[in-house]
Amino acid sequence: MSAVDARPDRATPRPPAAANPPYRLPPRLFDARCKACWMAAGFIALVVASFWSLDLRWRDFLSAEALSAMGRFFGEFFPPDTSPDFLRKVAIGSAETLAMSALGTLLAAACGLALALPASREHAGAGRVPRASARLLLNALRSIPELVWAALLLISAGLGPFAGTLALAFHTTGVLGRLFADALENAPPGPAAALRVQGVPAGRVLLHATLPQVLPQLLSYTLYRWENNIRAAAVLGVVGAGGLGQLLSFHMGLFQMGKTCTILGAMLLLVALVDALSYASRRLMTR
Amino acid sequence: MTRAAPAPALQPRLRDPAWSGRVFWFCAALALLWPALVATEFRPWTLWHADNLKPTRDFLASFLPPAVGAEFLAMVARETWRTVAIATAGITLALVIAVPATLLSTRVLSVSALSGRMARLPFALRQALRWTLIVLRSVPELVWALVFVRVVGLGPTAGVLAIALTYGGMLGKVYGEILESGDDHPCTTLLRHGGGRLQAFFYALLPTHATELTSYTIYRWECAIRSSVVLGFVGAGGLGQQLDNSMKMFAGGEVATMLLVFVVLVALADAASAMLRRLLG
Repeated sequence: MSAVDARPDRATPRPPAAANPPYRLPPRLFDARCKACWMAAGFIALVVASFWSLDLRWRDFLSAEALSAMGRFFGEFFPPDTSPDFLRKVAIGSAETLAMSALGTLLAAACGLALALPASREHAGAGRVPRASARLLLNALRSIPELVWAALLLISAGLGPFAGTLALAFHTTGVLGRLFADALENAPPGPAAALRVQGVPAGRVLLHATLPQVLPQLLSYTLYRWENNIRAAAVLGVVGAGGLGQLLSFHMGLFQMGKTCTILGAMLLLVALVDALSYASRRLMTR
Repeated sequence: MTRAAPAPALQPRLRDPAWSGRVFWFCAALALLWPALVATEFRPWTLWHADNLKPTRDFLASFLPPAVGAEFLAMVARETWRTVAIATAGITLALVIAVPATLLSTRVLSVSALSGRMARLPFALRQALRWTLIVLRSVPELVWALVFVRVVGLGPTAGVLAIALTYGGMLGKVYGEILESGDDHPCTTLLRHGGGRLQAFFYALLPTHATELTSYTIYRWECAIRSSVVLGFVGAGGLGQQLDNSMKMFAGGEVATMLLVFVVLVALADAASAMLRRLLG
């Protein structure tokens, strides 16, 4: 690590080169001039303070009684509930999760593009105020996670998958908008400038010069976010926003552990499927 | 199409060549999306119903002014620290899981693989560990938290354990990938000359990959701070739990303050992690 390099070597002037380099003592463990030492010390202090200040109840958790309770709890997960009725319910929940993620991502891509236009400075003459304000809005949308958005949106959209879809759309708009804006700014400016000097209006310049250049990049960002959103949509229901998560919190609340186990299995399967698909498609595209 | 008015509007040779294709794909996408729209009960107009609009407006109106009572702010500060502490403690425990798992599952450190194929037992052990890590990683931390809240009760213990398990899986898997990327020559040389596996790790693998490993760990710490807020929503302590409480009581001012604190916290963690990673170079 850079611990050794960062330390200024303030030894005496270098002696004439010997056949075998003379042995030197290793540097001291802590040196006030070494940034990495301070960083490590800071991290250790943070970790110690964290463990010290949290009232972690390891004693309750690791006692024989608690361990046997936990064993019983996990034992109740088996056998999973595989009655056809319930499996159908889980399948519907999975489809709902998929639909939520797809629609949320699509809405986010549209809104993200709409916000990315003011957030990207297409040419030197463009104004600064819209760019700064659009970026601020995107950052605010992005820094509130989906689950918090869902909990907020339950008030106006009610329980159910609609709130979840909107929550995904809000958060993803922030993420995609910023990526889109950066992509638009980094597009080669030549074609757009060529159209602009001919007097073509800004909308057409975007549609026929800038957008075709960055479209593959925008598509791959969107697909990547979709992959993330499927995972997020699976747990979003925990606050009541539809999909597999809602089934999970419902049945876990009633301590129906067999059903919970089936739902967990469906979640794992969904995530594994998405991972495999994305891995395969990336392999296909990079080949 | 860009010509001035006097020519008739849509002469065939001046038509936008991309237009018909765009319209077609738009309609096709709409047709494909129809089931999704039905499944998610996508009815945006319900947002403007009077009985939906009024609570929304009341709730949003109560955001202003944000709550700034001294007692409330002290509570928010305490919960913010707890959020950071849960993330840090979780990541520390995740390292306790990830580091041994990485050491045991890294293929480069295999002695039997030096001469052709890896022996059967070490191969099985490495593969089993890898799958364990993948399973740990692919259960979302929120689900772990839900389970642990049932077992250990409400409070930060559930959050710390949830982060430790999910991030342990993530860190272990990615550490393995980092260590196996790049040049394995120094490591195999040490092993061939009779160095132990730990010696090979400390003197060959770690020096080459230390920056990358540290940088990834810091990035994951930042992610853990973000997710520890969310874990509060299922009762695992910290800022999220208070946010959930205030939201259930429709205390808009408190929600506004906590959302602001949360945005600032995420921005700070983001900046700190970016700065540390730049320092590492």
